[in-house]
Amino acid sequence: MGLPTFLPGDDPGPDFPALMRRLGRPLGHPRLEGAPGDPLPAGAGANQLPVRHGTTVVALRYGDGVVMAGDRRATEGHLIAHRAMDKVFPADRHSAVAIAGAAGPAVEMVKLFQTQLEHYEKVEGVVLSLEGKANQLSQMVREHLPMAMQGLVVVPLFAGYDLARSRGRIFTYDVTGGHYEEADHGATGSGGRDARTTIKLGWREGLDRSEAVDLAIKALYEAADEDSATGGPDLVRGIFPVVATVDSEGYLQLDQGEVAQRFGTLVGSLGDGRVSTPAGGASR
Amino acid sequence: MTMPFYVAPEQVMKDRAEYAQKGIARGRSLVATIYSGGILIVAENPSRSLHKVSEIYDRIAFGGVGKYNEFDQLRVAGVRHADTKGYAYSRDDVDARSLANLYAQFLGNVFTHEMKPLEVEILVAELGTREGTDQLYHIAYEGTITDEDHFAVLGGDAQTIAERMAASFNDGWELQDALRATVAALAGPDRSLRPDDLEVAVLARANGRRAFRRVGADELAALLGDAPRPARQRKAKAPEPA
Repeated sequence: MGLPTFLPGDDPGPDFPALMRRLGRPLGHPRLEGAPGDPLPAGAGANQLPVRHGTTVVALRYGDGVVMAGDRRATEGHLIAHRAMDKVFPADRHSAVAIAGAAGPAVEMVKLFQTQLEHYEKVEGVVLSLEGKANQLSQMVREHLPMAMQGLVVVPLFAGYDLARSRGRIFTYDVTGGHYEEADHGATGSGGRDARTTIKLGWREGLDRSEAVDLAIKALYEAADEDSATGGPDLVRGIFPVVATVDSEGYLQLDQGEVAQRFGTLVGSLGDGRVSTPAGGASR
Repeated sequence: MTMPFYVAPEQVMKDRAEYAQKGIARGRSLVATIYSGGILIVAENPSRSLHKVSEIYDRIAFGGVGKYNEFDQLRVAGVRHADTKGYAYSRDDVDARSLANLYAQFLGNVFTHEMKPLEVEILVAELGTREGTDQLYHIAYEGTITDEDHFAVLGGDAQTIAERMAASFNDGWELQDALRATVAALAGPDRSLRPDDLEVAVLARANGRRAFRRVGADELAALLGDAPRPARQRKAKAPEPA
C-alpha cells in the first residue's frame, strides 16, 4: 500500500467514501441476487435470513442540548439475539447517531459516518456544520436503499448541538435517505411510536438535562412495555438503556449505574395505582 | 537534433539536494519534544490558519516545514492512509512507523525520479500508551528517516536549534518547562518569540482517544508567562528571511 496521493483533477477531497472508491475498495455489502427491488430468490429473503435487528431509539431536545437513548435488545426474527447491544454512538464531539433496523449494515453505517466526519475535519481543518453532518448521513442512507428494498432496512436518528445556533437539533430519516428536522423530539424503530407518544405527553420547552433524561428513559420503558422487540431494563443482568446527552460541552454518555438509579425511581413512581398485582394491591 | 549533455549522476543528486536544502532553509523551524504527559510540537508560524502542525490520527501528529503546498499534500495523504487503514482493520493498527516509512519512500522516489525534489521536511509523532514509549520520526527531503529519542528539529537552522535543545532538555519535564525551553531554543539568544509568532500543539495522554490538541493563544500566553502586552505593540524583531 503506497501513500494515497492523487492528481489535482482526480482528488476525492474530504470525502471518505469517494476515497475508498478511488482506491478500489468500494464500501457496502455486495448486492443480493437480482436487481434492486426485484423479488429475491425463494428462501433468500431477508425475512428468512437470520439477520439481527436493533429496535427502539429516541431523541429529544432540552434547554441546553439533546438527549439520545436506545434500548439494548437485538432480535433475530422472534428470538433475542443480543441483550446488550449499543445503538447510540457519538458521531463526533458535538453530535450523536442512533440506529434501528438491520444491525449489521446499521453498525457499519455508523462506523463509516464517524470516519467520514473525522476525515472531513482533519482534511479540511474545520468541523462540518450540523446540517452538513445530517446531509452526509442522508447520502449514506440513500446509498443503502437497494439493500433496504431487499429487506435490510436501516433507519438512523441523528441529533447534535449546533454550535452556530447554540441549540440542540434532531433529524429523523426514512429509507430513501430523506432527512427531516424535528422541532422537539424524534424516535425510530419498532417501539418508536410508543416511545414518541410518551415523549410527546411529557415534553415541554426548556426541560433541564435531568428531566429530559428521565423522560427518555420513561419513553423506552413504555416502548418495551408495548413492543416485544424492545428490551426493557434487565435487572437480573444489570443491563440498562444507553443514554447520552450532547450539549455545548460535547457528547457525554451516562454511566449504567445512574441509568439504573433513574429506572428505579421511575418504576417506583409507576407502582402507585397503575400496575396492579392479581391480588389488587399496588406492586412495588 | 541536439545531443543531450551528459551530466554525472553525482552532480544531479548534489544539485537537487542543494535545491531542496535552499528551499527548506528559507522557511522557519519546528521543534517537537517529549514531555511527561506526551509530545509537544512548537512551530514558528505567524499564520492562524495555514498550519504546520496537524492531527493525523488518534495518537499521531504531523509536522511539516518548507513549502506549504508540498507538505500539506503529504499531510492529507497521511490522513487518508491512516483513516483507510483504521477503517479496514482497527484503530489500534494505525501506527506512525508505517506512515513514516511511506513518507520516506514517497520523498525518496520524488527525489530520484522527478524533475524537482520536494522542499520539505516531515515530522511524524506518535504518542505511546505510557511514558517512555512516545516516538518521533524525522523524514528529510530525500527520504532519509531518523528516529529521535528526545526531540526533533526540522527546518532552516536545525543544527543550532538542536544544540540549544540538547543543552536544555530534561527527561520527564513538565509541559510548561518543555514549552519555555523549546520556544527559547527556537528563538535563539538574539530575539524573543511572542505567542502570536507560534503554533503550538500537543499529543497528550490525558486527552482521551483523540490525543491531538492545539494550544490556543490565551493558554499559550499563560504557559509562557507573558505579561499582557501594551496595546498591540509588538517587540521589534530582527529582520529575518520569510
